[in-house]
Amino acid sequence: MDPMIPHPYKIQRVIKETHDTFTLELKSIEKNGTFSFAPGQFNMLYIAGIGEVPISISGNPTKNGSLIHTTRAVGTVTKEMAKLKRSDVIGIRGPFGTNWPVKEAEGNDVLLVAGGIGLAPLRPVIYHILSKREYFGKIILLYGTRTPQDILFRKELEKLKSRLDIDIYVTVDRATRAWNGNVGVVTRLIPRAPFDPINTIAMICGPEIMMRYTITEISRRGIASENIYVSVERNMKCGIGLCGHCLYGTEFICKDGPVFRYDQIQNIFGKREF
Amino acid sequence: MESLERILVEHPFLKDLSPEHVHLIVGCARNIVFEPNKFLFKENEEAHEFYILRSGKVALEIYTPEYGPITIQTIGEGEVLGWSWLIPPYEWNFDGRATELTRAIALDGKCLRGKCEDDHVLGYELMKRLASVFEQRLYAMRLQLLDVYSGTTPKIKK
Repeated sequence: MDPMIPHPYKIQRVIKETHDTFTLELKSIEKNGTFSFAPGQFNMLYIAGIGEVPISISGNPTKNGSLIHTTRAVGTVTKEMAKLKRSDVIGIRGPFGTNWPVKEAEGNDVLLVAGGIGLAPLRPVIYHILSKREYFGKIILLYGTRTPQDILFRKELEKLKSRLDIDIYVTVDRATRAWNGNVGVVTRLIPRAPFDPINTIAMICGPEIMMRYTITEISRRGIASENIYVSVERNMKCGIGLCGHCLYGTEFICKDGPVFRYDQIQNIFGKREF
Repeated sequence: MESLERILVEHPFLKDLSPEHVHLIVGCARNIVFEPNKFLFKENEEAHEFYILRSGKVALEIYTPEYGPITIQTIGEGEVLGWSWLIPPYEWNFDGRATELTRAIALDGKCLRGKCEDDHVLGYELMKRLASVFEQRLYAMRLQLLDVYSGTTPKIKK
């Protein structure tokens, strides 16, 4: 199959998550059009006449039904995408890129740290882990976002919080008294998070600056660089490492990433030249 | 008093402090419980105490005419709350409100300042530990100011 050719997918449902984020549930309209992916991978989503953007997959990797993407209406293409309705058709290329280390994490505690829309690429990890819960130690999700109104997948998080086998801590950067939860940056949740640093795999997704500070804090807690994974974002175009738009040091984000083991990019991560 | 000493010895803020110094600090300490929505302190009030939170959560709030009280940070279990007792004019800069049932050790600032003046080794040890709390809070507040989830680059005029 030619990875450069988009395949048509029909929108089954549009869910408005927050004032500027939305989820698309898609289904292939091709004969035998099934879709499987690994947590952390992304697709190129194409709107005819407008353009194409890379968006991570936010659905359940253990279910083969709909393809789910969650994104924020922030650029030309995603703003147009936010206007799409049920039965509209968009083009999909993918899945592309590396995945979160769900296999390697078996037998360990798993620390997920998400910032803002960064929760979307980590949601497939949560689905995967919960489908094989007995293979993992403690599961801790630390999620930081701007305000209580910006909390992504809010109902789902509330439901997950009622489970006894996953610890979820949410914090927001600003709030009024109507919010009774934590206020402060996500890194402030790290010192008290209940994981065993020696046996923990950390997966971090969010704005790069948030990931930098998160790495500093979890390293203070004793998680080694080789047990930390980050999802890096750059200007991806072809998705297969040909065009060079997303070159990051010696790596192509679209092909060698977006998920990287931190020690493999430690020397360039957060450096302004890259 | 013995259990208070044990709690303080085990707290990370006072970890590795000599037993003599812990004993001195215990002389300025008391157990305290705040019901939900009870204020620990209010802006401009005299700051005569600081707190080591054992459980619960405290919201630091600033009152704004437009939006009412805005929570700028929450302080939780295991954390140290307050340093206005240390710096003249010894007045709180924010309101501190328990958002849930909160148990804490309250340390009398005036009593501690006196002991630190008398024993500079204790004073230096406490200042080092408080400086670390300042650094962590400042670091977090700077990151908070960046508004990293806004999705737009802050507009800075050249």
